[in-house]
Amino acid sequence: MSKVLAVLEQRDGKLRKVSFEVITAARRLGDADAVVCDATDREACAAALAARAKSGGYRAVVFSATATGRDLAPRVAAKLGVAVVADLTDVVADGNGFLVTRPVYAGKALLKVKVTAQPAVLSLRPNVFTPDAAASSVKPETLPVTAGGRVKVREVKAAPAGTLDVAEAQVIISGGRGLKEPANFKVLEELAHAFGGRAAVGASRAVVDAGWRAHADQVGQTGKTVSPSLYIAVGISGAIQHLAGMRTSKVIVAINKDKDAPIFKIADYGVVGDLFEIVPKLTEEIRKLHG
Amino acid sequence: MKIAVCIKRVPDSETRVKVAADGKSLDEAGVKFVMNPYDEFAVEEALRRKEKAGAGEVAVLCLGPAAAQETIRTALAMGADRGILLQADKMPADSFEVAKLIAAELKSTSWDLILFGRMAIDDYNHQVGTLVAELLGLPSVSAVSHLEIEGATGVAEREIEGGIEVVEFPLPAVVTADKGLNEPRYPALKGIMAAKKKPLEVKPVQAGSGTLEVVALTPPAERKEGRIVGEGAAAVGELVRLLREEAKVL
Repeated sequence: MSKVLAVLEQRDGKLRKVSFEVITAARRLGDADAVVCDATDREACAAALAARAKSGGYRAVVFSATATGRDLAPRVAAKLGVAVVADLTDVVADGNGFLVTRPVYAGKALLKVKVTAQPAVLSLRPNVFTPDAAASSVKPETLPVTAGGRVKVREVKAAPAGTLDVAEAQVIISGGRGLKEPANFKVLEELAHAFGGRAAVGASRAVVDAGWRAHADQVGQTGKTVSPSLYIAVGISGAIQHLAGMRTSKVIVAINKDKDAPIFKIADYGVVGDLFEIVPKLTEEIRKLHG
Repeated sequence: MKIAVCIKRVPDSETRVKVAADGKSLDEAGVKFVMNPYDEFAVEEALRRKEKAGAGEVAVLCLGPAAAQETIRTALAMGADRGILLQADKMPADSFEVAKLIAAELKSTSWDLILFGRMAIDDYNHQVGTLVAELLGLPSVSAVSHLEIEGATGVAEREIEGGIEVVEFPLPAVVTADKGLNEPRYPALKGIMAAKKKPLEVKPVQAGSGTLEVVALTPPAERKEGRIVGEGAAAVGELVRLLREEAKVL
């Protein structure tokens, strides 16, 4: 069986959920060796990974396309003389190479590519591959890193406790111009809170550009592409670039006062009306379920 | 300060994607092309750095078809000094081939800073800036939303899941720009007129074939037709029931 190098990610000494996605996918492609590497010294970490990839006879090196993975993977790929096949949502072995599917144009189309690089450097879109039961018991090898790189992480400023990144949330409640003013996002935050730590509040481009919400919260073609189990679009009309960023959500709910808003075309369930009446009622119902 | 900014011509984000007859590429008929939005942050950052230094040059480099001259003119209208088009009729699917062409052009000059957008909104490859840095042997930081440069040291902030990472690096370096880095200026009429007279060099290039072959470009799976559950707060009970019993997400 061919060998695959799975690059896992740790934070505060614990494997992140994406690591279980990576090991699950890597094991489907071959005999997977799991490694972790301290990425504080970016160049040293990349050098260690590339050295291992070269010497280990691997057919593929698999990353998760997280903030760190997206920074590390091209460093390693360049050292191996190949491109990263980035943000893929499906991969199967095909002869000597792999057949890969990756969303392009923010998910408005899917690109299928044949990869013949040896080894292939792949990064998986987070939240797409479901970790299997065996994944949680993975014991990665820690690669030794020889310090001396030029690019160093000096500090990590953590977001306030309890805030979840939209890219990682199982439930996203996004708001648009229909919220009328920044302070009104409180109603969405209360709904997110009712989901008990599983939900994040997202935003449309219009409200991010207006300075109501942080860039990090933007969902869409010039923001984040997300695939949560449940996406609730509140007061968002549904511009093409926004729909592109959330159309792979498992279930989409739209709440909007305009029954002709494009968002209703893509939503599984729509409620027409005043969001300031509907959302608090929904929060109350969700609290009952989770209470 | 000598700064290079690498930009890309991409379909506007409001484009409806239609697959061309070859089944492998975008049907460009009727498509409006613009400068990749993340590259606008890179151009703006370069202009601000030059303005702050009080001297220097901002050169704009673009790999693309002849029509990408227009994209370069946009950057020149914003205030960049000169443009270089690496003209290729077909963009390689393999980012490493793209990076090789860009690195080959950049290596003849000693730049203090090379800027890219963190990704292009068409192919979503998220890597060309970092690959170019590696090929040039320069340090790099990707997806930067805040940048301080003091002498030959840069401090960049980049967003990570659940926080901000503060990264220190020496110059010269490659930095890729994320949204939030700055607010790009709109070209003023004066800038647009001036841009017409700024130098724009066109160099034909030929990309290698690389290790990626496009098999197909397909539309995503259609979503099942949804339905309106009802109107107003009275519909919430039914919505919650459907989410629990039918969609099973609660």
